[in-house]
Amino acid sequence: MTEHTASDRPRVGLFVTCLVDAMRPNIGFATLKLLEAAGCDVEVPSAQTCCGQPAFNSGDDATTRAIAKQIIESFARYDYVVVPSGSCASMIRTHFGEVFGDEPDWIERQSALSAKTWEVLSFLSDVIGYHPEDVRYDGLATYHDSCSGLRDLGVRDQPRAMLANVDGLQMTPLKDNDACCGFGGTFCVKYPDISNAIVAEKTRNIVETKADTLLAGDLGCLMNMAGKLSREGHKVKAFHTVEVLAGMAGDGGICGEGS
Amino acid sequence: MIQTSDRFKEHVTRALADDDLKIALSRTTGLLQARRRQVIDEYAEYGAARERAGAIKDHTLAHLDHYLEMFETNARANGATVHWAKTPEAARRIVTKICTQAGAKTATRVKSMLGEEIGIAQALSDAGVERIETDLAEHIIQLAQDPPSHIVMPAMHKTHEQVAQLFDDLHDIAPDTHDIPDLVGSARRELRQKFLSADVSISGANFLIADTGATVTVTNEGNSELTCTPPKVHIVTAGIEKLVPGMAHASVFLRLLARAAIGAEITQYTTFYNGPKRSGDADGPEAYHIVLVDNHRSEMLGSDLQAMLKCIRCGACMNHCPVYAAIGGHAYGAVYPGPMGSVLTPALSSLKAAKDLPNACTLNGRCKEVCPVNIPLPDMLRNLRARQWEAKLASPVTKLALGAWRFVARRPKLYHFATGMAVFGMRLLSLGRTRIRRMPMAGGWVKYRDLPRPEKGSFMQQYKASKHAGEKRP
Repeated sequence: MTEHTASDRPRVGLFVTCLVDAMRPNIGFATLKLLEAAGCDVEVPSAQTCCGQPAFNSGDDATTRAIAKQIIESFARYDYVVVPSGSCASMIRTHFGEVFGDEPDWIERQSALSAKTWEVLSFLSDVIGYHPEDVRYDGLATYHDSCSGLRDLGVRDQPRAMLANVDGLQMTPLKDNDACCGFGGTFCVKYPDISNAIVAEKTRNIVETKADTLLAGDLGCLMNMAGKLSREGHKVKAFHTVEVLAGMAGDGGICGEGS
Repeated sequence: MIQTSDRFKEHVTRALADDDLKIALSRTTGLLQARRRQVIDEYAEYGAARERAGAIKDHTLAHLDHYLEMFETNARANGATVHWAKTPEAARRIVTKICTQAGAKTATRVKSMLGEEIGIAQALSDAGVERIETDLAEHIIQLAQDPPSHIVMPAMHKTHEQVAQLFDDLHDIAPDTHDIPDLVGSARRELRQKFLSADVSISGANFLIADTGATVTVTNEGNSELTCTPPKVHIVTAGIEKLVPGMAHASVFLRLLARAAIGAEITQYTTFYNGPKRSGDADGPEAYHIVLVDNHRSEMLGSDLQAMLKCIRCGACMNHCPVYAAIGGHAYGAVYPGPMGSVLTPALSSLKAAKDLPNACTLNGRCKEVCPVNIPLPDMLRNLRARQWEAKLASPVTKLALGAWRFVARRPKLYHFATGMAVFGMRLLSLGRTRIRRMPMAGGWVKYRDLPRPEKGSFMQQYKASKHAGEKRP
């Protein structure tokens, strides 16, 4: 890894997603640890709330625009914005532009922000070139590709390559790894019965792998799959990929014993 | 088919309780996904063909009036009678009038999605014309008195066990065994005489070729040829968006269509219909009519829904949609189901009548990924939600919840306080356990899944505490 002097260390604004903030801060701290290990100066601006996806996906463009402006202002001063979620990173990177139709100043500021916003694993891998070393996790894991990260941001090989460096970790492929888990943000609340049918299919595939650990890069999907596995009585531990990579996957996992 | 999209939730409940449907859908969608992946992996030019197909459609739609006129001129020169129908009513009137004037008692039918859209079946029945579906799957659903549930595999909702039962009960001679080849043989026996004795044939078209005036139909069963050749009158009904400029363009789509639809390199039969029987021809219809249907398509031109007119009706979006795979096509309550239907149905009817459809989508993007002409289906569904929001059609619960969220999300201090309170509240609700099984306002979630108990304190609280205390962060 490159040695950075204090001045050339990249300044990173960490965007802590609302789910990570409320439900699993460990993912935020694991991200922080990895970014610092990769030689970044990390700050967490306190004016951040949520990326605006609930409003955007409900068609409420005025609110999305207001929230986008808030984020643009709080993160303008960083070299990079890093997000431990493909979905929220894609919201800022690919969708913010869709709500600024008639405000040229803001369009410009928005495209500047979008261009420097990264999902954490693609940032570490593609931008910084950092691969964690001396990390251990003993288990057989399977990996679910969350939709926005995969299709909007091309996050597919990076997490797999980084996980290959973890001592003691064996990976096993998941059938239909690129099929939606049924979370879909507000979808799971608006259409709970359909969402349940979709996640039940997903947990069937997960259990079939015989893996003891489920990994993914989005807490929403993870809570959905882990919550279903827990309700069905399966002992599969679920972690965000960064928790394993940072050596912080110590407890029973998301929705598991001891969490 | 009568549109019942306004009863979407009711349909969903019924579909999710139907075990046969679950079996039928998982057998078919899994197989179609695997086959498609294989033929696309083997098609080195796939990416380039997809780009080209999208560009051809964009060009044709940008000059649709020009190509429609060219098509009409050339089709007339071939001896076709060309009719224009602005509405489904007009289309039905034209078709039934042709049938009545021909003194038709029976009409065979092939490729019928547009026919379903404009309600041909009911119109024929009202006009006293017996309708005979000639596609195997259409024959099955005609016997079952079901509407189609998929645009390429209209009987996708039925298991072959159910089909065997249907043929046992309703075919003149029951099939010898319930093996699939015997079932196919039974349908063939049942339909053969009807093919040959029909007075009129009614077909759809996969493509309309402007520079030759030909209409193109592809099938895997050869039923289009058997349907459209013997009767003395052939009527083609087609949407105006089916146009392509020339033969070379059509061939780009033909290579994509079969791959996307059924995972085959090409369909078994591809027929270019070029008008009625000419002197010296051994067979063919004496009269050949083409009915070009608008039904709101010209309103989509130039709007944010224009890209939907690029659709070549391959059904790949349905085969890869997790929602479609869970509920099947009937739940959409409209002629066109799945992702493409959720865009098209509101456009062809109204946002209000199809209120649930754009919302019942996880925006996972797989439909766009597999679409052979790269229609941005998720973006269009989201845009329809924005239109609904502007039209104040969002549900009161959504509005209320979003209103509260919006209030705090725009006030960071209040937001972090509220998050802290929520975390505290959830820890109380966990009753000391690591998982939460009951929670007010999260009924839909905890009915089927557990919620994790949050850590003590939100990220922001922990981060601030550790920074302020100058301690090493956890």
